[in-house]
Amino acid sequence: MDDPFIIAGEAFSSRLIMGTGGAPSLDVLDRALAASGTELTTVAMRRVDPASTGSVLDLIAARGIKVLPNTAGCFTAAEAVRVARMARAALGTNWVKLEVIADEHTLLPDPVELLDAAEQLVADNFTVLPYTNDDPVLARRLEQVGCAAVMPLGAPIGSGLGIRNQHNIELIVESATVPVVLDAGIGTASDAAIAMELGCAAVLLATSVTRARDPELMAEAMRLAVASGRLAFLAGRVPRRRYARASSPPAG
Amino acid sequence: MHAQSNPRADVLIIGGGVIGLSIAWRAAQRGLRVDITDPHPGQGATHAAAGMLTPVTEVAYAEQELFLLGRESLSRYPSFAAELSQVTHLPTGYRQTGTLQVAYDHDDLAMLDELARLQESFGVALRQLTARECRDEEPMLDPAVRGGLLAADDGSVDPRLLATALLAAAESAGARVIRQRVAELLITGGRAGGALLEDGSELKADQTVLAAGWQSADIPGLPAGAAPPVRPVKGQILRLAPTAATGAGMLRRTVRGVVRGSSVYLVPRESGELIVGATQEELGPDTTVTAGGLWQLLRDARALIPGIAELALADAVAGLRPGTPDNAPLLGPAELPGLILATGHFRAGVLLTPVTADTVAGFLDTGLADPLWAAFSPGRFAAPSGRGRASVPSVQLAEEAGSCR
Repeated sequence: MDDPFIIAGEAFSSRLIMGTGGAPSLDVLDRALAASGTELTTVAMRRVDPASTGSVLDLIAARGIKVLPNTAGCFTAAEAVRVARMARAALGTNWVKLEVIADEHTLLPDPVELLDAAEQLVADNFTVLPYTNDDPVLARRLEQVGCAAVMPLGAPIGSGLGIRNQHNIELIVESATVPVVLDAGIGTASDAAIAMELGCAAVLLATSVTRARDPELMAEAMRLAVASGRLAFLAGRVPRRRYARASSPPAG
Repeated sequence: MHAQSNPRADVLIIGGGVIGLSIAWRAAQRGLRVDITDPHPGQGATHAAAGMLTPVTEVAYAEQELFLLGRESLSRYPSFAAELSQVTHLPTGYRQTGTLQVAYDHDDLAMLDELARLQESFGVALRQLTARECRDEEPMLDPAVRGGLLAADDGSVDPRLLATALLAAAESAGARVIRQRVAELLITGGRAGGALLEDGSELKADQTVLAAGWQSADIPGLPAGAAPPVRPVKGQILRLAPTAATGAGMLRRTVRGVVRGSSVYLVPRESGELIVGATQEELGPDTTVTAGGLWQLLRDARALIPGIAELALADAVAGLRPGTPDNAPLLGPAELPGLILATGHFRAGVLLTPVTADTVAGFLDTGLADPLWAAFSPGRFAAPSGRGRASVPSVQLAEEAGSCR
C-alpha cells in the first residue's frame, strides 16, 4: 500500500524515526538501524564530531539514512539555537529535532524555552521538529509558529513507560495539521503500535531498541509494530462494546 | 634503495603504550631483537586510564567473548605484575582488593539487577549486597545507596607506574626504545618491513606490530583498506588526593556505581589517592578537559561518596581510547603480510595487557596464532554485517543526495 510519511514536503516509506543514544557499540547500532528500516535518524550534535571519520554519522550515511541533528543537552533557547546552526553548517541540512530540556533528572522539555527557540529557528529557515510535552495547547502554539511537525512525548526520555496520557495524544492528533510524531517513552513494540493506532504519523525511539538485550531483534519488532499500528489506524477499529456481539449472527 | 641506518630487527612495534611496551618486553624475553617506537611512551591512552581490572562488572550483552578474554587476562595479572616488579624493582600499583558495584536509586537498582542477570548468564554469580552490607564494606558510601554487587577477585593497577615498569623491563630485556614518530610504514614486495621515522632513519624488521591505539588507523603508508577500524573515544578522568585533614583510606576497594542512570567509578591507589572516571565522548581526537566533563564525574562521585568533596583535586586529564565497531580488540595478523595488529582495546587496554603481550609475543616467536584470538581477528569486519535489509527505498535515496552528508 502506498502510504508515504510526508514531513516538510519530503516523503519517507518508513514511519519509524530512530535515535542513536545508548547503543553498546557502533556495530550493534548499525545492525539495529538496518533492521528497523528507518530512513530518518537523529543524532545529538553535542555528542559527535562531524569532522571525524568512523563515527555514527558515517554509519548513518553509509546506510543511506537521512540524518536529523538534534539539540540534546541544551537547557536554554540560546544554546539550542546555537547548536542547530552549528549542525546546519556541519551537516548541510536545515532539519533539526529541537530539544530544550528543563532538568537532567526528568529530561522533560522546558515549554517556554522550547517555543522561544522554535520561533527563532523557523525565522532562520530551519525545518523544526520540536520534542514537546504531551500538552495540546503547547503543540498548537508550536504549530502556529511554523514547526514542520510536533513531537509529543509518551513518557520521559529513556523511561520506557509507554504512553501515559493517550487522551492528550489523541487531542494533539485531532487538532494538528502538521504530522504528530510520538517521541520518547516507548518501552516495547505494543507502545509503538498504540502510538500509531492513536493516529500519530510516526514514532521516534532509541532506548527501547539500543538498550534491549538484542537491539537488532527489537528494531525489527519496532518496524513491524509501527507498520501494523499504522494499518490498524487506517483500517479503523471497531467500536468498543460492553457486551458480546456474535461475529456470525445466528439468524439472517 | 634506502640507506640502512639501523640494524635489522626481528620485530618493530609501533606504539609504546602498555600494549606495545608489554609486547616488547615479552618478545625480548623470548630472545627476539625488538625495536619499539613512540615519541612519548606511556603518554597516550595509558596516561588517562584508571587501571580497573574488573571484567565482570564491565559485561555487556553480546560481549561474552570480550568478557572471557578479560577474565583470562585478569587471571594472569598476579604473576605478570610480580614478575615485572621483580625484574625492574619498580612498583606497578597492582592490588587485588575487589570491586563493589552499587546502585544509587530505585532505577539504578533495576539496572544493577539486570547486570547481575547478565553476569549469571555468563556463568558468574557475584555476591549481592543489601544497602547495609554495602556500607559495612565501604562506610563512606552515601546512605542513599540502594544495594550492590561485590566482585571480590577484581584488582587494579596504576597504569602510569605500569608503563614506567614495562619500559624499564623491555629495555633491560634488550628491546630498543626509539622515541620518534613513524613517518611511514615500509612495505617491500607486498610485505610490511618496518618503518621510516620522522628523522629520516629507517627501522627495518621482519615483523611489524601495530599497537598505536587510536592512531593505528592513521599510520602513513598503510595500504588502502588495510587501516584498522579504530576511532578515538575521549575519556576524561581526574585524580583526587588526600589532605592532612582527610587522611588516606577513604575507600578499601574500587567502587563503581550508576547514579541516576549515569556511570562513575572511583579507584583507590595505595597512596590514598582516588581516580575518578570516566567520560565517554565521541568527539574525534579532542583532549580538552571540560568543565562539564569534570562536573559530571564529580557530581556522580560525590553522590556516592560525599566525603570526596574534602579531597584535593590533583590532576585532570583527557585521553583517547581506541574504539572499534564492536568494542573488542583487533589481535593477530593483518591482511598485509608481515603486519600484526594489537590495537583497538577500547576501555580494556590495561586489563588486556598481560594476555595481549603473552599471545602476541608467542605469535612473533612461533608464528602460531593463539586460540584466544578466535573472536578478535582483525578481518572480522570485512564481511557485510547485518541480517536486516541493507538498502532503502529509492524514493528516499533520491531526496538524500542534496541534504545528507
